[in-house]
Amino acid sequence: MAKAPAGQEFPRKVFGWAATDKSGILAPFHFSRRENGDEDVTVKIQYCGVCHSDLHMIKNDWGVANYPLVPGHEIVGVVTMIGCQVSEFKVGDRVGVGVIVDSCRSCESCHQDLENYCPQAVFTYNSFLLKDMSKTYGGYSDFIVVDQRFVVRFPDGLPPDAGAPLLCAGTTVYSSMKYYGVTEPGKHLGVCGLGGLGHIVVKMGKAFGLKVTVISSSPNKEAEAVERLGADSFLVSSDPAKIKAAFGTMDYIIDTVSAAHSLAPLTALLKVSGKIVILGLPDKPMELPFFPMVMGRKLIGGSNIGGMKETQEMLDFCAKHNITADIELIQMEEINTAMERLSKSDVKYRFVIDVGNSLKSGS
Amino acid sequence: MAKSMDQQHPVKAFGWAARDSSGHLSPYNFSRRSTGENDVAFKVLYCGVCHSDLHSIKNEWGGSTYPMVPGHEMVGVVTEVGSKVTKFNVGDRVGVGCMVWSCRSCDSCSSDLENYCLGMILTYNAKYHDGTITYGGYSNLMVADEHFIVSIPDNLPLERAGPLLCAGITVYSPLRYYGLDKPGLHVAVVGLGGLGHMAVKFAKAMGLKVTVISTSPNKKQEAIERLGADSFLVSRDQEQLRSAIGTMDGIIDTVSAAHHLPPLLGLLKTNGKLIVVGAPEKPFELPAFQLIYGRKLVGGSGIGGMKETQEMIDFASKHNITSEVEVIRMDYINTAMERLAKADVKYRFVIDIGNSLQTTE
Repeated sequence: MAKAPAGQEFPRKVFGWAATDKSGILAPFHFSRRENGDEDVTVKIQYCGVCHSDLHMIKNDWGVANYPLVPGHEIVGVVTMIGCQVSEFKVGDRVGVGVIVDSCRSCESCHQDLENYCPQAVFTYNSFLLKDMSKTYGGYSDFIVVDQRFVVRFPDGLPPDAGAPLLCAGTTVYSSMKYYGVTEPGKHLGVCGLGGLGHIVVKMGKAFGLKVTVISSSPNKEAEAVERLGADSFLVSSDPAKIKAAFGTMDYIIDTVSAAHSLAPLTALLKVSGKIVILGLPDKPMELPFFPMVMGRKLIGGSNIGGMKETQEMLDFCAKHNITADIELIQMEEINTAMERLSKSDVKYRFVIDVGNSLKSGS
Repeated sequence: MAKSMDQQHPVKAFGWAARDSSGHLSPYNFSRRSTGENDVAFKVLYCGVCHSDLHSIKNEWGGSTYPMVPGHEMVGVVTEVGSKVTKFNVGDRVGVGCMVWSCRSCDSCSSDLENYCLGMILTYNAKYHDGTITYGGYSNLMVADEHFIVSIPDNLPLERAGPLLCAGITVYSPLRYYGLDKPGLHVAVVGLGGLGHMAVKFAKAMGLKVTVISTSPNKKQEAIERLGADSFLVSRDQEQLRSAIGTMDGIIDTVSAAHHLPPLLGLLKTNGKLIVVGAPEKPFELPAFQLIYGRKLVGGSGIGGMKETQEMIDFASKHNITSEVEVIRMDYINTAMERLAKADVKYRFVIDIGNSLQTTE
């Protein structure tokens, strides 16, 4: 059973599952975490969502993996310890931890509660803490120690398993919708891609009172999209006649697709002054024809996760509107199968690991 | 016998037209409609030479019909107004830009964005709603619906005001729409031509810090001393570009030649905006991660609505902003077009129509 390398020993023993090379195969892993400092909160992890980024990271698709790698940044759990400077949380509180566990606290982004845009943002896993350069390990583990600024209250009204994916997918969608103004009732929103991010876009879009059309290459997702998720309509992107009929009808399009694709059809679907919001991360550049953007004053912008303040706001919004992810709950030992299925988009729409009940240390 | 295309209207007019895609311009007798009840007729005194004129006469965008009388930066003095015209009188200084008609009922028109109306009709090389072809400002006389006429304040010299009607509004509109008009913001202007030099002037008047980015190092002195830019970067100099990474709130990209977005996106701060107003033919390659990490956006903009065009003219009047021009005689136009193709002008040719357009009749 793998252990953390020497020199990274901390006083508290932790157990989790880690990938040790770019095969991405996860296996039991013993490591350690720091003492609970004055500003820290220790969270016993109950559930952890499986984000597509976890898959990219364990396979080193982005070339930045630092093995052994314990993924997981959609964490919900219970507070078991708080530092003496912690005022927001008490032992027994249900909380969430998302994608970031530290930032510089002094740049313009941090001052605006946009820690997600801090150039020194520290990620929940595969990153290095600013104060001591120790490596961070994520939520596929039994507990985590996090600075209070990067912990959010998990509302009582939200189920902790189906709510876990909100910590990454939820905040990514919510933050982008607020920034780009995709919140005006009656406006028409197109959603490209119906996966972890896409299905949350549909739910939040409906909660904001928008008309929502799902744009997908798979005609067989229509029933799901309309009947189960509540989308108003469905557009098959591989049908040129249907796409053409929808030209100039959308105020916004949120593009969650991570496969390479051209933006040309999307620019045509927008109305004048329409906006495309990019959330997916294709690994190749996308083709953007410029004439339609100039002729219709259209824009395309990106957005990356969310700041801590708006992540809390998002959770409260979801509690109010009963928005959770559609999940498939799995046991820890099923993770490798889940990752294979995720790579084929064979999940509706997020796997969530029942960490609390299934992560068992063998030793 | 059907009337020839150039004699379809009752009022004789004279101008210079391109006859084919060689783009060579020469004298041309044609006609304009009589002044309708909503029309304003004016004697054209000056007309700016927009790069679009060059693209159009050479059919570079396709869809050109000949003979073509270009020109959509025209100014002059009113000679006649229709019975229902309320805003203009004979003797007023006026101008017409890129549009002469829109549907007046769609969402865009209702929001004073006639430029985005699907039924918008261009000042030249377009089919007017009466079926005739529109002719532009390289001519002695113009007739247009009152709604598409702007008033030119007395303090703006007419020979330098014409380019505001296309170049001016094309950069003014996105500075306002994208919020790049607040004092203290740092904006870069890429390309120092007709559009670029106007962008520098407007941005400075709005209180912004302005950096000009150009391929030509010899434009630096001009940019700073004459146009008032705060700094200058040579785009081919990697060191200079590197030193400017993450320093700009916005970039106004006026370049129409093919070029790459990624180095420009790198110059933006978090939440920065890259606005493209040039009309590149080929699609851009856009790396998504550059937009996502830093919440950046790329947006387009094309000319402006009538209300904001007048607002822009009034702003220019208040801040004494006009175009830097090289005034030419009508018969210099073909040479001017050759020089324009090589960007050899600071920064707009303007035809002295009033003094040099002679009818051959």
